Amino acid sequence: MDLVNSILLSVLVFSPVLAILVMAFIPQHQGGVIKKVGVLGTLLPLLLSLYLFASFHYGSSNLQFVEKYDWISIPISFDQAGNPYGLEINYELGVDGVSMPLLVLTAIIATLAAVASWQIKKRLKEFFILFHVLLIGMLGVFAADNLFLFFIFFEMTLVPMFFLVGIWGYGEREKAANKFLLYNGIGSGIMLIAFIVLYLLLQTMNMEQISNALTTAGHPVASAITPELRFGLFLALFIAFAIKLPVFPFHTWMLKVHVQAPPSIVMIHSGILLKMGAYGVLRMGIGFFPEQAYQFATWLAVLGIINILYGAVLAYVQKDLKMVLAYSSISHMGIVLLGFAAMNTIGFQGAMFQIVSHGFISALLFFLIGVIWDRTQTSMIDELGGLAKSMPFVSGILLAGGMASLGLPGMSGFISEFFAFLGLFGKLPVMAVVGALGIVLTAVYLLRAILRTTFGPTPDRFNRLADAQPMEVIPMVVLLGFIILIGVYPAILGNPLQQTLKTIVPIVTGIGG
Amino acid sequence: MEVKDIFSYDWSYLLPEFIILGFATGLSLLDLFAGKRLGKQAIGLLSLVGVLLATTFVFVNMTTLDQPYSYMADMIRIDDYGNAFKLLFLGGTAFTILISLSYLNQGEVAHRGEYYYLLLSGLLGAMVMASSADLITMFVGLELLSLSSYVLVGMRKKSLHSNESAFKYVVSGSIATAVTLFGMSYVYGLTGTTNIYEISQRLAEAGMMGYQFIIYMAFAFLAVGLAFKISAAPNHMWAPDVYQGAPTPVTAFLAVVSKAAGFSLVFRLLLISFLQVPSAEGPFFFVQGSLYLGLIAAASMIIGNTMALKQTNVKRMMAYSGIAQAGYLLVPFSPPTTLFFSEVIFYLFGYLLVSFGAFAVIMAVAKEQQTEDLKGFAGLYHRSPVMAISMTIFLLSLAGIPISVGFFGKFYLFMGALAQENYWLSGVMIVTSVVSYYYYFGIIRQMYMRSGESEAPLAVPRGIWLLVLLLAIATVFFGVFPGLVTDYIQVNFNPAFDFGNMLPS
Repeated sequence: MDLVNSILLSVLVFSPVLAILVMAFIPQHQGGVIKKVGVLGTLLPLLLSLYLFASFHYGSSNLQFVEKYDWISIPISFDQAGNPYGLEINYELGVDGVSMPLLVLTAIIATLAAVASWQIKKRLKEFFILFHVLLIGMLGVFAADNLFLFFIFFEMTLVPMFFLVGIWGYGEREKAANKFLLYNGIGSGIMLIAFIVLYLLLQTMNMEQISNALTTAGHPVASAITPELRFGLFLALFIAFAIKLPVFPFHTWMLKVHVQAPPSIVMIHSGILLKMGAYGVLRMGIGFFPEQAYQFATWLAVLGIINILYGAVLAYVQKDLKMVLAYSSISHMGIVLLGFAAMNTIGFQGAMFQIVSHGFISALLFFLIGVIWDRTQTSMIDELGGLAKSMPFVSGILLAGGMASLGLPGMSGFISEFFAFLGLFGKLPVMAVVGALGIVLTAVYLLRAILRTTFGPTPDRFNRLADAQPMEVIPMVVLLGFIILIGVYPAILGNPLQQTLKTIVPIVTGIGG
Repeated sequence: MEVKDIFSYDWSYLLPEFIILGFATGLSLLDLFAGKRLGKQAIGLLSLVGVLLATTFVFVNMTTLDQPYSYMADMIRIDDYGNAFKLLFLGGTAFTILISLSYLNQGEVAHRGEYYYLLLSGLLGAMVMASSADLITMFVGLELLSLSSYVLVGMRKKSLHSNESAFKYVVSGSIATAVTLFGMSYVYGLTGTTNIYEISQRLAEAGMMGYQFIIYMAFAFLAVGLAFKISAAPNHMWAPDVYQGAPTPVTAFLAVVSKAAGFSLVFRLLLISFLQVPSAEGPFFFVQGSLYLGLIAAASMIIGNTMALKQTNVKRMMAYSGIAQAGYLLVPFSPPTTLFFSEVIFYLFGYLLVSFGAFAVIMAVAKEQQTEDLKGFAGLYHRSPVMAISMTIFLLSLAGIPISVGFFGKFYLFMGALAQENYWLSGVMIVTSVVSYYYYFGIIRQMYMRSGESEAPLAVPRGIWLLVLLLAIATVFFGVFPGLVTDYIQVNFNPAFDFGNMLPS
């Protein structure tokens, strides 16, 4: 069993390779087979991640399923005995309570997005191969315990996304793909600077060691780092991940991608890729530099509130359902920032709940938009309307998804907002009050958008739309199921988070007060 | 020096150079007397044999020589620094010959024999540049390479572009040579010697005696003159025209071998000569010199990467890309550490693989489409998936995106710059790299997202197809395992000797 556990994480991360290899040998024209392999291929990582989740020890805050192999050594010079020595970069994987749920989230959303990709009509083989490469990158990001490896996986999501948006997207797909590439390229560049400076300072790229070194008082090497440099590094990491999250004013690329990418890719993008930014802020921004994060908390809250209100107000005036949801995502990511700004266990928990919950909710909503677009060829609110008559099931799920998004109790959105604001009230009550306005606005814009599409008079051409097909029902039901599961039984997510967050928080609060 | 002194040297260490010289002269005679009777590819294949033979003897030298071996007071100096560069030149020339074998079948170049022995004489020039520590031999090597290249560029005699580019290359090259020589004359005037190790000491004395200004002038002239060979700013203007007009394999030769030779000269000449010069603010090289080279690097990165955005001709784009790459390669030089050697060799190694791969694909596409326009790549993925995917890997590597040899090369340079706390240059490097994504992905967009005029499979000569595939695999392989190369460099080359242990670690 030990042997299995010792390679399990690598097997999980690289399991999509199997599907890629199988697909490479299927002729292009056998679209049906490719689709099946594409979906079945995602089941392997899903099963593995669920197994991992089941055998994860909640009680421990340590990294689990750790793997470590020597990888690259960069020679620097010769020591006195004439032997070369240099910096080491290792292949290191490991999961803790924060990354474990995100791995499962990734695997679930990926499977459902693969199912949603049944709408894809052209160049199926390339689509599913790139999809699986993207999946490797995403799984790797959450499993990596080494900055170099993290960076490589992070960049590995860049190229497939460029193609997936640029080839299979809607009208202005290439512009969206370019914008995605350039913004994220800049973000990665800033991240790389911070990573290398950390490496040069601490002579290691292991994330756990870096975090330990930086947070241990009187550490021989790390204590020599000046507060200014620490703050600079914190800021660099924050900006790098803020572009991904995205935080206002770095959000414009994300709107383009949301609108132009095919629905299944938006599910992935909104459901997982944005979360890599949030994960980075927590794991590296706050995890490495708790003191600086604590000083920066007020600004985090301000940025969070800007995101919430800006997203909500602009979501209200959008004419395109996709744009409404894109701005809604910005608004919801603001809540993640507020949770971080709270700097306590409850707040962090709220942020993490929001990450997972929004992953499911936005995946569900974008999936539904895909379904609607498939039938009506539009996502403009004005052109839609009265869909409830012809597509009662889809409309019902859409309403349920909207309710989850605006934080109806009993669904996951409620838990996360509740925790995030509860945490923030303990630290910055005024900010929390202002931020809570966003919840009201969320209700306004979501209900406006959803009611206008589903109720009211049905245009004649939409009288005979087909309701959801079995292949479409599965993702809807599964996603809604998870949303309600987390809503009524939050412990399923709370338990693994608890221990890990408990190790981060005392460091943060221990410094701050 | 008397004649018997000359015979007292062990000339076997110069075998690589002698072999290239022998093959170049031998093949020219063979071509003259038996050119008609030989098969079309014979001279090409024979020159390839010569290159491989010379490579073997470089490896022999590496194992037999523990210390640098010096001929005639460092006129020629066989050392680790030179050997590492020679391997790159030989590898680059071998690839040039390989893709030339197919290119020359297109019939644009009338004189095949001439083409190959000029390549060899250019290679010989490069090798002399890398293994001399004396201004005279350095200059002779430089001129040998330059003169061979001028002719090679103009080899497509009936093409207007080729003639134009050869003419431009000669004119601007001569000016650069003049500037370089002018800088050398300052150095000689101050020191009275042409041996760069002696120059190093005497310039230091001259610096202390208050000849600062003349030293700065000498440095500036040398740097500007030599910037020509590495196609760095401010002497980069020739590159786009020449790259476009030259036969594609020659373009690749200029982009890799000629550029690497330029770097070998720049590094050795400037670094050793000026390393010990003092100045009021600290060692000249690490204060003013580094800043000056840093500015050249930054200007090259900015000019190369922004001008490339507007190009529609692939070879012109590669020229601007090459200017930017020259900028990256100057980064470890400002200021230098012992790590710089390993960084530069690794980067050049990666650049060699990727450039030849990219130019081989460009050659195949341009030949079939009869145009070097970017649009020629439209729909390439549907016509030849292997070519398109390989080209994608090369472009990603040039852009510095993992997992590729180019990414690690850039990472390594970048790490060196940050270790020196050279934040502004690292910042320029990152920003211009991201800008470069735009034009590299421009080709990728054409290949995958546009439809070409025809969907018929692209006819690619089998040799080129295999070469491209192998280079693409190597690009990824050394991206995953860069340690194989860095370890090899570390174990086999110790340039500290060649720099007299003068560099900080």
